[in-house]
Amino acid sequence: MRSVLKVNNVTIRYKYGDFRDIGLKEWTMRKLTHRYHVEHFLAVKNVSFELFEGDMLGIVGSNGAGKSTLLKAVTGVMVPTSGTIERDGRISALLELASGFDGDLTVKENAYLRGAMLGYTKKFMNSAYDQIIEFAELKDFEERPFKQLSSGMQSRLAFSIASLVQPEILILDEVLSVGDGAFQEKSAAKMMEIIKSGAVTILVSHSVEQVESLCTKVLWLNHGEAIALGDTKGICELYQSFLSGNPDALQEASNRWGPGKESLT
Amino acid sequence: MLQKIKQYHFLFTELVKRDFTKKYKRTVLGMAWSILSPLMTLIIMWLVFSNFFGTSMEHYVIYLFTGQLVFAYFTDSTNLCMNALVSNASIFTKVNVPKYLFLLSQNVSSLINFCLTLILLFIFSAIDGVTFTWKFLMLLYPIICLITFNVGMGMILSAFFVFFRDMQYLWGVVTQLLMWMSAIFYTIDTFSYKIQLLFLANPIYLYIRYFRKIILDGVIPTPQFHLLGAAYALIALALGTYVYRKYNHEFLYYV
Repeated sequence: MRSVLKVNNVTIRYKYGDFRDIGLKEWTMRKLTHRYHVEHFLAVKNVSFELFEGDMLGIVGSNGAGKSTLLKAVTGVMVPTSGTIERDGRISALLELASGFDGDLTVKENAYLRGAMLGYTKKFMNSAYDQIIEFAELKDFEERPFKQLSSGMQSRLAFSIASLVQPEILILDEVLSVGDGAFQEKSAAKMMEIIKSGAVTILVSHSVEQVESLCTKVLWLNHGEAIALGDTKGICELYQSFLSGNPDALQEASNRWGPGKESLT
Repeated sequence: MLQKIKQYHFLFTELVKRDFTKKYKRTVLGMAWSILSPLMTLIIMWLVFSNFFGTSMEHYVIYLFTGQLVFAYFTDSTNLCMNALVSNASIFTKVNVPKYLFLLSQNVSSLINFCLTLILLFIFSAIDGVTFTWKFLMLLYPIICLITFNVGMGMILSAFFVFFRDMQYLWGVVTQLLMWMSAIFYTIDTFSYKIQLLFLANPIYLYIRYFRKIILDGVIPTPQFHLLGAAYALIALALGTYVYRKYNHEFLYYV
């Protein structure tokens, strides 16, 4: 089997503090009075995993576990503080779907812009555009400014653009729950199609049932650390039990599927 | 590699389209405004300085126009570019795209503006009886220098703006100062030679002077003059590239 994505001992040190949105004057004052603080914290600690063709990895963990940060590193938006990420193939990421669109541009203009951002060619966009609009069910809204769309419509457009390309690596961050019931079914079917076509998919979701039913592997992150990696059913059960207030589940998962415990292949 | 160029070429044209439509969509006059606005500034300046101060220089309108034109391109471009990173934060924090594309696309917008007013300058020059020679082709040199200089300054400013949100006001003060130092509506002939040389420390003045030498005096500046012009442009670009390279992965924490 071909290894599509390999994450080796990735650690990401996140910067935070009250340095945002300050001016030069404020900065100078704080520097002079020694009140300028930049804090660091490890959002992702030494995480490794490897994905092969056809794998679908679910990442679970509570808020602040480092899921989104890890995904940002995988897409290349963030650079890991240490460790390496090897990608073999085009990445298509659906992170916080509706963001990155421009409210003043029309649906069509936005579709092209997003397509360009995802690395599609103009030729591809020309040929795929009708398909995208049809899939997103936005035929009547093509020339409308994007901000007039409902958030459900916006996510539908984003999903349609990103999923049509058959990316080698598809990243989904809390996006399966978009649109109404009918669209959810359609997008789930589309996703299954992509997964079956040999791509690698990473899914971040708060819905354990979703992860359990779709994924072939699960990664449980807690405060940036990989607690467990591997068997979907077992980890999901323990995670569910952890969520309902059983702290021992974490230790148990770590003992059974913790780093080094299980062969990743 | 070829694939990569192709890929970003499409993104770049889409970004330019976006910046362009956004800039002109909301105004009734659209693109006409971008010509009208410098024209009106020019008329006001001309009225003030030729009537009230009695400047009796030959081709004074053209003298004024060249200064105004170059300076307006500089301020327009740097002010637009300063926003390039912050206003596109929602994109580059989600999708992995080269960040300098946002800046370059803003630059194209202001360059189009500049070219439109440049055509206007040539029309005015013809009306005013300026003789056109082959030397006008040499104007490409300061234009290329100016574009490079503006891109470099835009890189520095957009990065600074990410870190310090009061850059806009500070930059406003700096451009104000530069404006007075650029001899847009006055001549520096009455100053001593040393002070005249000091004016050349201002890159914008140097580029304005290049324009005037060609259009009004019909002479090509000295080689040293050319070197200095290129040096300013390249230094700005080198600094800009350095800042971008160094902070490329830091921007995300600040927006």
